[in-house]
Amino acid sequence: MNEVIDGLPDEGAENGGLPAPLVQRPGPEATILIRGAELLDPAAGLEGAHDLLVEDGRISRIADAGSIGAAEGVEVIEAEGFHVFPAFFDPHVHFRTPGQEYKEDLETGTRSAAAGGYAGVIAMANTSPPVSTAEQVEALRDRASHVASVPVGFTATVTRDMKGRELTDMAELRQAGAVAFTDDGRPIASARILRRALQYQAMTGGRIALHEEDPELSGKGVMNEGVVSSELGLRGVPPISESTMIGRDAAIAGYEGGAIQIQHLSAVESIEQVRRAKADGVDITCEVTPHHLCLTDEAVRDLDASKHKMNPPLRTEADRQALIEALKDGTIDCIATDHAPHAVHEKEVPYEAANMGVTGLETAFASVYTELVLPGTISLGLLVEKLGCGGTPFGIDPFTLAEGSRANLCLIDLDAEWVVGEDGYESRSVNSWCAGEKLRGRVLVTLADGQVAYRLRTFSLGVA
Amino acid sequence: MKHLLSIDDLDPEQIEGLLDRAESFAEVSKRDIKKVPALRGRTVVTLFYEASTRTSSSFELAAKRLSADVVSVKASGSSVEKGESLKDTVETLSAYDPAAIVIRHPQAGAAQMLSQWVDAAVVNAGDGMHQHPSQALLDLFALRQRIGSAEGRKIWIVGDVLHSRVARSNIQAFSMMGAEVTVAGPPTLMPRGIEASGCEVRHSLDGIEEADVVYLLRMQNERMDESFVPSIREYARLFQVNSRRLGPRQLVMHPGPVNRGVEIGGDVIDSDRCLIADQVASGLAVRMAILFELLAHGGETNTTSEGPVPIGEPA
Repeated sequence: MNEVIDGLPDEGAENGGLPAPLVQRPGPEATILIRGAELLDPAAGLEGAHDLLVEDGRISRIADAGSIGAAEGVEVIEAEGFHVFPAFFDPHVHFRTPGQEYKEDLETGTRSAAAGGYAGVIAMANTSPPVSTAEQVEALRDRASHVASVPVGFTATVTRDMKGRELTDMAELRQAGAVAFTDDGRPIASARILRRALQYQAMTGGRIALHEEDPELSGKGVMNEGVVSSELGLRGVPPISESTMIGRDAAIAGYEGGAIQIQHLSAVESIEQVRRAKADGVDITCEVTPHHLCLTDEAVRDLDASKHKMNPPLRTEADRQALIEALKDGTIDCIATDHAPHAVHEKEVPYEAANMGVTGLETAFASVYTELVLPGTISLGLLVEKLGCGGTPFGIDPFTLAEGSRANLCLIDLDAEWVVGEDGYESRSVNSWCAGEKLRGRVLVTLADGQVAYRLRTFSLGVA
Repeated sequence: MKHLLSIDDLDPEQIEGLLDRAESFAEVSKRDIKKVPALRGRTVVTLFYEASTRTSSSFELAAKRLSADVVSVKASGSSVEKGESLKDTVETLSAYDPAAIVIRHPQAGAAQMLSQWVDAAVVNAGDGMHQHPSQALLDLFALRQRIGSAEGRKIWIVGDVLHSRVARSNIQAFSMMGAEVTVAGPPTLMPRGIEASGCEVRHSLDGIEEADVVYLLRMQNERMDESFVPSIREYARLFQVNSRRLGPRQLVMHPGPVNRGVEIGGDVIDSDRCLIADQVASGLAVRMAILFELLAHGGETNTTSEGPVPIGEPA
């Protein structure tokens, strides 16, 4: 998919003619010894207590617990009882830059990602204005190279200014570093436009990530259509609004041989569409959010828009169970947060008037760990895998703990209990769907491409 | 009872208590001096973000009959029009230290939100398509005055249930008081899943003769634009309740304003079986009872306490 494009100006030659997909602020390469932590990286065949040495930003040695001595001046983490996982990757975050920095910016957004154990994210393009030109992508990458504590990839819109009418200059955008294309926040209502984009994609590469919803069926809906919306008197968004568009778009992608990512799957009908398309050989991948895995529309009864209003909406228990099953059987490729910060004044209004979206980076692991792993619904290994492989649809391999690789890892205390928001957030916004909830599992340290991107304030490292 | 946000906040005993209280206020309204000193020196704010005649006037008059000072704020012509947020408007009004705020708002949950921001008792006078609890209470009161308890009665709610906060409150209130509720209307105007609130759903008026009470909902013209029904003509043909469709003992209610000749035949409005005027009259007494229970009664519903004492009589 990432072929070189002949005849176009080649501005960066590191990645098969395209710029490196992710950009991070330069910083000191970490040298840290993590002693005795439980490593878990099924792909690398790692499990159990080990010492792990990071030297100059690289995992240089993994050995039996207690076997690596600390050289002088090396930071040592006595990590017995803690876990080390390959860092997570989120292919769906909103960092609101440019234009809405009062909600989030690249610095606070990447800090938030680091606090969640992430070492890579892909930022959506529905900013103000939307990211539709090469200059904008370049400016964002430049900004990230100064402030991003976690490597960020940027998407560009499929249609100019997300208006749904004309395609952006997709080839030039790819050359400028756009990792994918998306009008996320809105569906591509016109089947013709999507078809053209998928035809053009054969030349440019860059998976098209789709926010699936039929505006005609969603109407003015603000929550899932069903028993709860009926009782609350809120306009409903029927699940078929999502599934019919997935059916349409999977058919177009299949016909054109295009590559699509279905964003934030929410309904059982949608899963069926994806399952069928995958069986038919369509290059279709999809993601699910932690909140759709953990909550149902019953949560909306409190009419708390800050925690419980998002698009797609929370659905029913049957949908939630189907999403969990689809995560287990591989129909759903990865977990993505759809981290969507909003200011208090945009949320502290009646439910119908509030903006859609919740933050999720800082709680993704802990929420799913608490709600699904602890009760035994899914395994810890599956959670780590699905949080880790969000880059795969976009050509970015999951991080690994294998010796010799760049240090992209998170150290987590699975037993730590914490109340979300009690110590504030790294994000600029507070609209966490977990606000006030007690969760288990806390990120202590995150290493992102060799740098210490995050340390929990109350957790300090020792120097030998 | 600190606030009145939804019928859900009440139990049957509390509802009976409110209706008993309303009965004593209905008596007060028949006296020469219609005022009681219950809320003297206290302030009631009515905050209406939607046009309203019945509800706003009856809440205002109810507060005045209880001797409260009343501040009425309407969205049009106020700072709301200048884009002030609900929270900021409420904070401004809170400076008057109101004992109660009565709010009507086009969006569900506004009253509940308000209740989290203020110390005052909050009365939901209609929030979006969600709830209109004082309407349900006055309907129960009007019904009680005419036929006694709702227990075991068959009540049909006919029309645009989808967009109706009155329907949502009344389904709950009628069911809570022991009535058997059926909702009837075209499928496009029935919220998906409404049967979960304990009512039967019909798509025609067949069988309406079993109803003791037929409760009609206003059919709004703007629903045509969104193709909820093909035409008013077709709607009226299928769902208009007129005297030809009713037996002699069946009662008809309507929250108003009515569309004569659309959901309701003119012959019904002008007949004895129609409780519309009773409903309006009940509004005042019931809203006095609501404010009294919330403010003068320390939040406790007590059906055995003494009734209100008119001004000029020894307390």
